[in-house]
Amino acid sequence: MQDRIGPNRSGTITLPDSFPLKGLAGKKIRTFGFIQPLLDGVKLFTKEDITPSAVDRKIYFIAPALALFPAFALGATLPWGPNFGLYGILTPVADVEIGVLYALAISSLGAYGIVLAGYASNNKYSLMGGLRASAQLISYELAMAMSVACIVMAVGSMKLTNVVVEQEKPLWGLLEGVQNWFILTPFGFIAAVIFLIAVIAETNRAPFDLPEAENELIAGYHTEYSSMKFAVFFMGEYAAMFIFSGIFAALFLGGYNILPVNWNHLYQSTGNNLFHIIDNANYWLAPIVFLGKCFGGITFFVWLRATLPRLRYDQLMDLGWKSLLPISVANFIVVGIWIIGTSLYGPIGGWGAAIAAMVITLVLYLNILSVSKKGAPANDKRTVTMVTSPKRTVTLVDPAKTETP
Amino acid sequence: MTLNQVAFIILAVIALLGGIGVVFLKSPVRSALALVINFITLGMVYFMLGHQMLGISQIVVYAGAIMVLFLFVIMILRSQHPEEDTSLWKDRRFAFGLLGGALTVALIYNFVIQPTQSTYGATFDRDYGTPQAIGKVFFTQYVYPFEIISVLLLLGVVGSIMLAKRKF
Repeated sequence: MQDRIGPNRSGTITLPDSFPLKGLAGKKIRTFGFIQPLLDGVKLFTKEDITPSAVDRKIYFIAPALALFPAFALGATLPWGPNFGLYGILTPVADVEIGVLYALAISSLGAYGIVLAGYASNNKYSLMGGLRASAQLISYELAMAMSVACIVMAVGSMKLTNVVVEQEKPLWGLLEGVQNWFILTPFGFIAAVIFLIAVIAETNRAPFDLPEAENELIAGYHTEYSSMKFAVFFMGEYAAMFIFSGIFAALFLGGYNILPVNWNHLYQSTGNNLFHIIDNANYWLAPIVFLGKCFGGITFFVWLRATLPRLRYDQLMDLGWKSLLPISVANFIVVGIWIIGTSLYGPIGGWGAAIAAMVITLVLYLNILSVSKKGAPANDKRTVTMVTSPKRTVTLVDPAKTETP
Repeated sequence: MTLNQVAFIILAVIALLGGIGVVFLKSPVRSALALVINFITLGMVYFMLGHQMLGISQIVVYAGAIMVLFLFVIMILRSQHPEEDTSLWKDRRFAFGLLGGALTVALIYNFVIQPTQSTYGATFDRDYGTPQAIGKVFFTQYVYPFEIISVLLLLGVVGSIMLAKRKF
């Protein structure tokens, strides 16, 4: 570890015997690992910074910055709290009409850092890693944008504050006491799953982390980067994870509301004062709840990394173009039918029309799929068949019974 | 000298430097990056004018998708030796470039700056430039061009896949 044992041994700090306060000399302080990231940062700053001599210097130095800037600029339109009252001045940073589209635009600028890092390293493997990573990014941007478009169409506005306000209405337009979080609606659930998969691919996070896989392309596009420039790429990845969790929470999980329950309605109908208190707590604790949902998203990312194996590159591209994009387009059509149904026949007619549309779309899709696959050789799937040898039978020959000549 | 004017001058200078960089930089990757700077600052100028949808479309489409693909192609097919540049001052191209530039400035002055000298205090709708306003116009007044343009884009996608397909 090159004499820098700081982050590894940050669990307990042993005070030396010559400590000024004699009562604490020689004692161990347990830090429970909270100072490990700080020490990790110090370690990365003090590591030797190797710059290869044949790189394109200007682009080599600017690529990590280009990877970091979109990750931090992404969260400008997130609703950290309600838009009225005291919190109205706090949230969001830029309350523009193009809220979600801003996040999609800035995330598509994230491809530049990766491509330029791969190019500037003057290394064929890094270049291939960079190009593959950015091809993955622009493939999954489409599915992400389509699933976001479903929610934007259902709400009627791109502002994330309006999306959260729309999610506070009654569930499915029918149940009064429950909030209509979009993950609880049929089309919203499908859009949420697609958005989640696309976000994991956008941040190059496992199981989509082939571009930075160690045994694949040495280390991919950040092979030639050392110490802090290497850390900057990962800072950008983690910041993007955090903000994308926030966008997921705002779009599908009701933003800053604690639970999908309409506390005000419960208070009006039952008169119990507890619901009034919880309703006020829902307002005042809003930023903390939102941060909690962002942290929950990061926990989900970390669990997923430990659980699923990595996808191969052609499986990754197949998933993005052949599975996610058609499903999100079909979902988009279903949302359109739901909107027409709701405006013509009210909520029940709308959901009936939406479910009928889902069933018809599914049946059509399966039929078209089976027709298109008929007669085509399955040469895009590589299957492994085990050749089993025929069973060998052993017949016992009794030497006493055979006749020897 | 309002803050608006100061911001516009800064953005315009950066956009112009980007544009000049596209032409004069020797390496193709740096020239593409200069074009990216040009597009992003142009998007910021659109934001300054209050046209949110156009500005964010500029960043999503131009800077976020088209230039990334340009960079792909440049990096895959990069030539090792950039072309040798003959001296600019003795070349006829420089004279023609100056003439074209002077003509452009004269046209802009005559048709854009002169008529708008006295139109201060123009009023706009409250939702000018928002996606709602553009969507309303797209689906009522300009619905035919909208649908035909979407078919054109579909033609582009299908055509490029047909051209690049391997023959089975």
